[in-house]
Amino acid sequence: MATDTLQHGATAEPHEHHDASGTTVFGFWVYLMSDLVIFGSLFATYAVLMKGTAGGPTAADIFELPFVLVETFLLLLSSFTFGMGVLAMNAERLGQVKAWLAVTFLLGAAFVGMEIYEFQHLIHEGFGPDKSAFLSSFFTLVGTHGLHVTFGLIWILVMLIQLSTKGLNAMTRPRILCLSLFWHFLDVVWICVFSFVYLMGVL
Amino acid sequence: MFGKLSLESIPYHEPIIMVVVAFMAIAGIALFGLITYYRKWGWLWNEWFTSVDHKKLGIMYFIVALVMLLRGFSDAIMMRTQLAMAAGDAAGYLPPEHYDQIFTAHGVIMIFFVAMPMVIGLMNLVVPLQIGARDVAYPFLNNLSFWLFAVAAILVNISLVVGEFAKTGWLAYAPLSGIEFSPGVGVDYWIWALQISGIGTTLTGINFFVTIIKMRTKGMTMFRMPIFTWTSLCANVLIIASFPILTATVALLTLDRYFGMHFFTNDFGGNMMMYVNLIWAWGHPEVYILILPAFGVFSEVISTFARKRLFGYATMVWATIAITLLSFVVWLHHFFTMGAGANVNAFFGIMTMIIAIPTGVKVFNWLFTMFRGSLELTSPVLWTLGFIITFTLGGMTGVMLAVPAANFVLHNSLFVIAHFHNVIIGGVVFGMMAGLTFWFPKAFGFTLSEKWGKRSFWCWFIGFYVAFMPLYVLSFFGAVRRMQSYANPEWQPWMILAWVGAVIIMLGIACTIIQFWVSIRDRKQNVDVTGDPWDGRTLEWSTSSPAPFYNFARLPEVGDIDSFWSQKQRSEEQLEEAPYTDIHMPRNTVAGPVISFFALVIGFALVWHIWWLAGVGAVGVFVSFMARVFNDDIDYYVPAAEVERIEREHQLKREQQLEREQQLGVEAQA
Repeated sequence: MATDTLQHGATAEPHEHHDASGTTVFGFWVYLMSDLVIFGSLFATYAVLMKGTAGGPTAADIFELPFVLVETFLLLLSSFTFGMGVLAMNAERLGQVKAWLAVTFLLGAAFVGMEIYEFQHLIHEGFGPDKSAFLSSFFTLVGTHGLHVTFGLIWILVMLIQLSTKGLNAMTRPRILCLSLFWHFLDVVWICVFSFVYLMGVL
Repeated sequence: MFGKLSLESIPYHEPIIMVVVAFMAIAGIALFGLITYYRKWGWLWNEWFTSVDHKKLGIMYFIVALVMLLRGFSDAIMMRTQLAMAAGDAAGYLPPEHYDQIFTAHGVIMIFFVAMPMVIGLMNLVVPLQIGARDVAYPFLNNLSFWLFAVAAILVNISLVVGEFAKTGWLAYAPLSGIEFSPGVGVDYWIWALQISGIGTTLTGINFFVTIIKMRTKGMTMFRMPIFTWTSLCANVLIIASFPILTATVALLTLDRYFGMHFFTNDFGGNMMMYVNLIWAWGHPEVYILILPAFGVFSEVISTFARKRLFGYATMVWATIAITLLSFVVWLHHFFTMGAGANVNAFFGIMTMIIAIPTGVKVFNWLFTMFRGSLELTSPVLWTLGFIITFTLGGMTGVMLAVPAANFVLHNSLFVIAHFHNVIIGGVVFGMMAGLTFWFPKAFGFTLSEKWGKRSFWCWFIGFYVAFMPLYVLSFFGAVRRMQSYANPEWQPWMILAWVGAVIIMLGIACTIIQFWVSIRDRKQNVDVTGDPWDGRTLEWSTSSPAPFYNFARLPEVGDIDSFWSQKQRSEEQLEEAPYTDIHMPRNTVAGPVISFFALVIGFALVWHIWWLAGVGAVGVFVSFMARVFNDDIDYYVPAAEVERIEREHQLKREQQLEREQQLGVEAQA
C-alpha cells in the first residue's frame, strides 16, 4: 500500500523496503489512535447513559462475570499466540507463523461466538438494545469491539491465504505487523470494556 | 423490493425542484455528450479518475468543490430572496418544509462539500511539493479518499431529485433528527453522505500526517517546513482526533433511527444534550481544520509578495499549535444555554477568549511581514488584506459570543449567522481564493487573469459586508436564525439590503467563472515556463509548472527556512549535475473509484431501506477491496532515461519561450 517514493535509485535494497514498511506501520499506528477516539466516544456515551435504565434491568442484573471472564481469557490468550506468530516471523519460520495465526483465529472466533451467544441470550430474555439507553450503549460499545474482532478474523484469513501464496515478503511482513498491532489494540480495548463495563457494573 | 422507494418519492409537485432537476439533467447530458463526442472517456478514466497523482487529485477536489459551491450558493440566494419577500403577512415563495431543507443543505454543502474539499484539495496540490516529496505516503488511499468524498457529494445531489433532504439544520440536532420527529429519508441522506465523506476525510488526515512526518526531503527539519505545511499538519492532527467523534456520533444517531435504540431520544433514558456535546466536540475542531490551512495560505502569499521572510516564523508555528490544542476545549460555547451552570460556562467562555490570543499573534505577524516590505498588490494579496480586516472583525464578534451572559441574548439569533459567515467567508473562502490564484500556475503552467481576479475580490469583499452587516443589525432587533417569514415589516429594508449583498457576491462568483474562461482562452499569453511566476520562496516553485508526475527529477536539499529563496539569492549554480536516477512511483488504480461506487450503492440502499441492495454494495466493496489487497503490481520505476527526456523537453520549451520573449522585446523596440 505504501510506496517508498522518498527513496530513489533502482537498487531495491533490503533497507529500502524496511523504510516503506516503517511508514506503513507508523501510519497504522496513527489509524489506531483515530480508532481509539471512536472507542473513547462510545465509552463516554456509556458513562453518560449507564444509569439510564428506564425501569429495565441494570448492569448488575444481566452481567454474568464468570462467562465474561472466560471470554476475556480467550482474547488475552489469542494476543499471546499472535505474539508467538510475530516471533516466528522474525525467525523466518513460515509454517509456524501460519500455525500461530490459525490458533489465534480459533481463539478469536470462540470469543466472537461467546459474545454472539451473550447478545442472543439477552435479546431472548427481552433485554434488547431498544429497551433502554443503558442497553443501547452497552450493546453498541461491546458490539463495536466485537465487530472489530470480526474484521480482525477476516484479516487473519486473508493473511493465511497470502502467506500460503506469497510467503513472507516485503508486502506480507508489514501487513502481519499491522494486524498484530490491531489485535493487541483490541485486547487493550477489551480490558477497558471488561473493567469499566462488566466489573464496575457488577461490583 | 425497493424499500421505501416509490415513484411518489420524486417531488413532481414542486415546480422549483423540477426546474432545477431539468437544468441539472440538461447540463449533465450536455457534459456526457461532449465527453463522448470528443472520445475523452478513456482519457478521463486513465489519466484522472484512476490517478494516484496528488496534484491531479487536488485539481479534482477543486473542480467538485466549485460545482458544489454553485449549488450551495443557489441555496443561499433562494433563502435571501425568500426573506426579502416574506415580511408581515407575505408568505414568500418557499413553503416552510422546503425552506428548512434549503438552509440545511446550504450549511452541509458549504462546509462538507465546498470548504473541506477546497482545503484538502489545496493540501493535495501543495504539501508534497513543499516538503520535496514525490507523492503522499499512501497514494491509493489518497485516490480512495477523493472518490469517497465525490460519491458522498453525488448522494447529496440525489436527495434533490429522489426524496428530500434533512430539515433539521446542518448538524441535525437530536431529538428533532430522530425517527419520531423526522420520519422521512432526509436525515438518512444526511447520515450516509456524512459517513461516506467522513471516512474519506479521516483517511486523508492519516495520509497527510504520515506524509509530512515521514517524507520530508533531506535537510527539511520540522522548523524549516513552510507555514502552509505546518498549518496542514495541524489541520490533519485535528482531523485524526476529531472526525472519529463525528463518525461515532452519527453512527449512534443511525442506531436510534434504524434499530429503535435510545441514545438521544426523549424517553427510555436517552440524553439529547449528549448529541449536542458530541457533535460539537467534533464541530469546533472542524472549524479550525478549515481555517488553519487558510492561515497558511495567507502566510505564504504575504511573505512571497512582500519579498520578505515571514515575520516571526516560530511564533506563527507555536500559535498554530496552541490553536490546535485549544480547539478541543471550547466546544461548549456552542450551547451555553444548555444550563451546564455558571462555572462550566465560565471555563468554556474563558478558553474561547484565550484562542483569540494566538490568533492575534498571527494577525500581527502578517502585519509586520508587510511592514517595510515592498508589497505587490496582486489579487492573492488583495484577498489576504480583505481577510485580515474581515476576519479580525469576525473574531471580535466571536469574543462577544464567548461571553456567556451576552450569549444568552445572542444565542440562536442572526448575530450567530453573521458571526460565522464573517469568519468563514472572510477566512476560509478568501483564503481558498487566494490559494487558488496563487498555486493555479503550479497546477496548470499559466497564470490566472489578474483583472478578473481583482473584480471577483471586490465583489466578494463588498458583497460580504452588504449581505451580513444587516444581519448583525437585525439580530439586535430580535431576528432569529432559521425563520422562513417574519411579522415585523420594519425588518424588510435590512433583509432587502442583505439580498443585494448576496447578489453582489453572485457577481463575484461570476467573475471567477469568467476569470477561468478568459485565462484558459489566453493561456498562451499567460504561460509560465519558469515554474516560478511569483519569485516564490518555497520548494514547490523550484520544479517546472505543471510539475512532472514525479515532482522532482532530483530530490532537493534544504538548509534553511525559505531555502529556495536563499538559493536564488546566492544564484547557486549547480557545479556538477548529478546524473538522473530511476524513480520509484505508484501505479494508477481502479480500486478507488470502484470501491467508492459500491459505497454509494450502500448509502443509497440504506437511505431507502433496500436491504438486498445494501448487501450487494457491501459485497462489492469487499470484493473490490480484496482485489486491491491481492494485487502485487502496484508500483514501478520510471527509468532515468525517461526522466532525462522529460526534463530535456521542458528545458527546450523554456529556452524557446525565452527566445520568443526576447524577439518580442526586439520587435517592440524597433
